[in-house]
Amino acid sequence: MSRLVIASIGPASSVQDGGRFGAQRYGLTVSGAMDRLSLAAANTLVGNEPFAAVIEIGPFGATFTAKDGAVRVAIAGAPRNADIAGKPVAMDNSVTLKDGETLTLGFARGGAFTYLAIEGGIKGEQVFGSLAVNARAGLGSPYPRPLQAGDEFTVDAASGAPELRIELLKPSTGPIRVLLGPQDDEFDDANKALFLDSEWKISATSDRMGYRLEGPAIKHLHGHNIVSDGTVNGSIQVPGNGAPIALMMDRGTSGGYPKIATVITADVGRLAQTTAGTAFRFEAVTMAAAQDEARKFAQAIKNLPDRLRSSDTVELNIEALSDANVAGYAVSAVDAGTWQVTAEP
Amino acid sequence: MAATLPPPRLLPSGDSAVTVEFSRTIDDAANERVLALDKALAANPIDGITETVPTYRSLLVHYDPGKIGFDALGEKLVPTAIQPLPPATKARRWRIPVAYGGEHGIDLEDVAKALNTTPDDIIARHTGGDYRVAMIGFTPGWSYLSGLDKSLQMSRRQSPRLFTPSGTISIGGIQAGIQCLAAPSGWHLLGRTPVRTYQLHRNPTFLTEPGDRVTFFAIDHKTFEELDRAAEAGEIIAEQVTA
Repeated sequence: MSRLVIASIGPASSVQDGGRFGAQRYGLTVSGAMDRLSLAAANTLVGNEPFAAVIEIGPFGATFTAKDGAVRVAIAGAPRNADIAGKPVAMDNSVTLKDGETLTLGFARGGAFTYLAIEGGIKGEQVFGSLAVNARAGLGSPYPRPLQAGDEFTVDAASGAPELRIELLKPSTGPIRVLLGPQDDEFDDANKALFLDSEWKISATSDRMGYRLEGPAIKHLHGHNIVSDGTVNGSIQVPGNGAPIALMMDRGTSGGYPKIATVITADVGRLAQTTAGTAFRFEAVTMAAAQDEARKFAQAIKNLPDRLRSSDTVELNIEALSDANVAGYAVSAVDAGTWQVTAEP
Repeated sequence: MAATLPPPRLLPSGDSAVTVEFSRTIDDAANERVLALDKALAANPIDGITETVPTYRSLLVHYDPGKIGFDALGEKLVPTAIQPLPPATKARRWRIPVAYGGEHGIDLEDVAKALNTTPDDIIARHTGGDYRVAMIGFTPGWSYLSGLDKSLQMSRRQSPRLFTPSGTISIGGIQAGIQCLAAPSGWHLLGRTPVRTYQLHRNPTFLTEPGDRVTFFAIDHKTFEELDRAAEAGEIIAEQVTA
């Protein structure tokens, strides 16, 4: 066995997987990776099941050191500069850390969450089939809390398998697609139109529980108190102040504010990777279209192994390099309790 | 054959869940239909349903759109949902010990003042109630109860507290609650129970189920400490009564 030791890591980083299902009826939060496609891509690169547990890294940097042997890892998700002793490591690639080597990841450049998968997965004690951290309920393993420097994982020794890269489709930059409902009838046509036709920004006070949206105030028809009912990942609820909140993976299982719309499954990860301050819009789609996209999304995850290529076919990820030249992503002074990076114009 | 009941509304909650809504308000009859549908689906599962979440007035049905579409699911759900309710079975009843007032129930005095009565009278009305677990939600084990005495119904606090302790026994609006973990809350805190409705390494992990009956009884603060230690060690200290 080898060890992977966290030498440094920023806030909002934790062990996450596909999520904890089956006990929402008891109030147990689902949790799980904010961006499931990137979770699956990282896992696929090192031969793990797509929804195996990984390290979800928030927008700040992190460093990982291999001890007692080599460790094979892969990174996918929000792009960042990465290197081992000054030698660049490209996003969407696997790489093997020799005993004593350190992988250094910079700040996220666009997007928020990067996924570090470890060959053989993370060992821990599952609760309701999941290792995902839900700090509020004290759940998650091996560390039931955000990760910190000094934490370490006992992992499989690197297999020595050839390194791989995964050729992912460039994510859409179009509007975030939603289905209206379940409580869209709590809003009049003018306010539904205001929701769909306005430009929105994600507030820096967002977290894994919910993304607060900045834009025009949405008014309710009959007040903001409804009788609590169930929530899903991507429910967009409108509290009394009219500022919508998109519920994310650490959402409460029920809520008492009217939900005007729900982000479609295929776009939840894209919303999760939208940085604070970036303007975006919503677009209403039909149930048929949303379910078609959900099926395609599930199929795309199943087919990820078909997108694996030998790592040495391209020396460096050209896209990551060109992204690096997009100037202006700076980290603002953020509240330590939140994770968002502000993109400055 | 008994007459069928009015069909529920099927509200899309995204592409992978549907809210089966029986009422827009808190209503015991609607909650009974929610729980009956939940039971019926557990007994005769519909392929593609992954999880159900009962709430006061609706059943949230999570499903896999790769296995069943919205319309096809609705066609299977509605015939089950409109069936007359089966005869009531005997519910489990839990007797929950509560240390009222003082540090454990910091709003007891204020609630008594607001309702022009004494703290003892509030305790008497709260322990005199016959409650039902209508739903569990928000945080693990938080049991929302229907059946609060009408004279105890008062609006929630103007500003919610960011922290309320584990085991909090509270009232808010027409609802009563048993809270398991520390959490924010805008309800009025009457007391604390040493009972854990959720405890990870205990069997069962979750004590209460929607549909269970609940009554409260008062204990002194010393008994609270004793029971709290027993509960921490994994003992189920709530008393179960089979009616």
